[in-house]
Amino acid sequence: MSATSDPREVIIVGSGPAGYTAAVYAARAQLAPLLLEGSVTAGGALMNTTEVENFPGFREGITGPALMEEMRAQAERFGTEILTDDAVTIELNNDGPHTVIDGEGATHRAHAVILAMGSAYRELGLPNEKRLSGHGVSWCATCDGFFFRGQEIAVVGGGDSAIEEATFLTRFASRVHLLHRRDSLRASKIMQERAFNDPKLNLVWNTEVVDVLGDDRVSGLALRDTVTGESRTLDATGLFVAIGHDPRSELVAGQVDLDDDGYVHVEGRTTRVLSNGSALAGVFAAGDLVDHSYRQAITAAGSGCAAALDAERWLAGHHSP
Amino acid sequence: MGEFTKTVTDASWDADVLKSDKPVLVDFWAVWCGPCKMVAPILDEIAETHSGSITVAKLNVDENPVIAASERITSIPTLNVYKGGELVKQVIGAKPKAALLAELAEYL
Repeated sequence: MSATSDPREVIIVGSGPAGYTAAVYAARAQLAPLLLEGSVTAGGALMNTTEVENFPGFREGITGPALMEEMRAQAERFGTEILTDDAVTIELNNDGPHTVIDGEGATHRAHAVILAMGSAYRELGLPNEKRLSGHGVSWCATCDGFFFRGQEIAVVGGGDSAIEEATFLTRFASRVHLLHRRDSLRASKIMQERAFNDPKLNLVWNTEVVDVLGDDRVSGLALRDTVTGESRTLDATGLFVAIGHDPRSELVAGQVDLDDDGYVHVEGRTTRVLSNGSALAGVFAAGDLVDHSYRQAITAAGSGCAAALDAERWLAGHHSP
Repeated sequence: MGEFTKTVTDASWDADVLKSDKPVLVDFWAVWCGPCKMVAPILDEIAETHSGSITVAKLNVDENPVIAASERITSIPTLNVYKGGELVKQVIGAKPKAALLAELAEYL
């Protein structure tokens, strides 16, 4: 392996469509990018999905892991150095190279950094939810659905992800109750139609989960009607939480501008990251870390490309190798 | 399958795990489990580095439903440490290497 300069041109923190696409473009721009893909989270949110039917270019659909495998291989093909490790510390510096420390304790420095850490599943925030995590409470249907064969289970949520999870779970469960706080779903029309037509799926409106019941395993859920305030118990041996994601901006909180939900602020329609209202030198962000409106694989990929182009232009203007 | 890890089955559970003289770390996994693939190299490393103090074994839950059910596995990867035939530690879900090593430290 040829020696890489220190500091190098660009480090990409995070994988998934945003990170891998940024890597493809950065590598093709001869920037010899280093990408930290995560020690167990490599590939991001799409690693936990089955069929992705709406990523353009795949008329028959493609599985999330297969799509990530393709993007990763493409990034490597053009010379991206990929570390299957986590960024443990990120130090952004307006006056010089930025520093990223990985899980092994190694320090990496670069003139430009592209932040693509994505998001993590949101929890309901109930005390017994954490306690029973892995014992009937799950946030990943494709991971854990297998273990609920023949059981009556519940999914909480109202978006496409919730319906996807609920529909996937009908392969295993005898019955799936989809619990939603309101009386209409956020999900796309086609997903809603599938849900309404599925005989194993029971849609429960205006309902929120107030507690998860069970000693060493989930045995039921305490529910509350959001309209009448009435309480009741649902017998269920599994709870899948599919209420959305929160951006994984912990590593840069305090160094960059975040909105109230933790999304990273960028300048206008660029990927330039803001700190105290001004663009930070050589810091760019893409994907679900930034986007709270669309959060699709294709929009993440698009922003990853934009971040790499923004980084390339900035490097050419501010720093000559 | 790593060369330092042992494959255990429904049939070999009693002899390989419950009656082992050394503690056994059992990795419950399946081919369709992405996170399981991510922790596999870390477990291979543990198996190689700590072979004197612990045995690392893998149980495929698709092929061995009896033990998967009797051990009440509901999420994978699940790592169970058995000592003297008893379950002494459980780690559920894929965790980064440093966190896994910290959780298992007293058995390595």
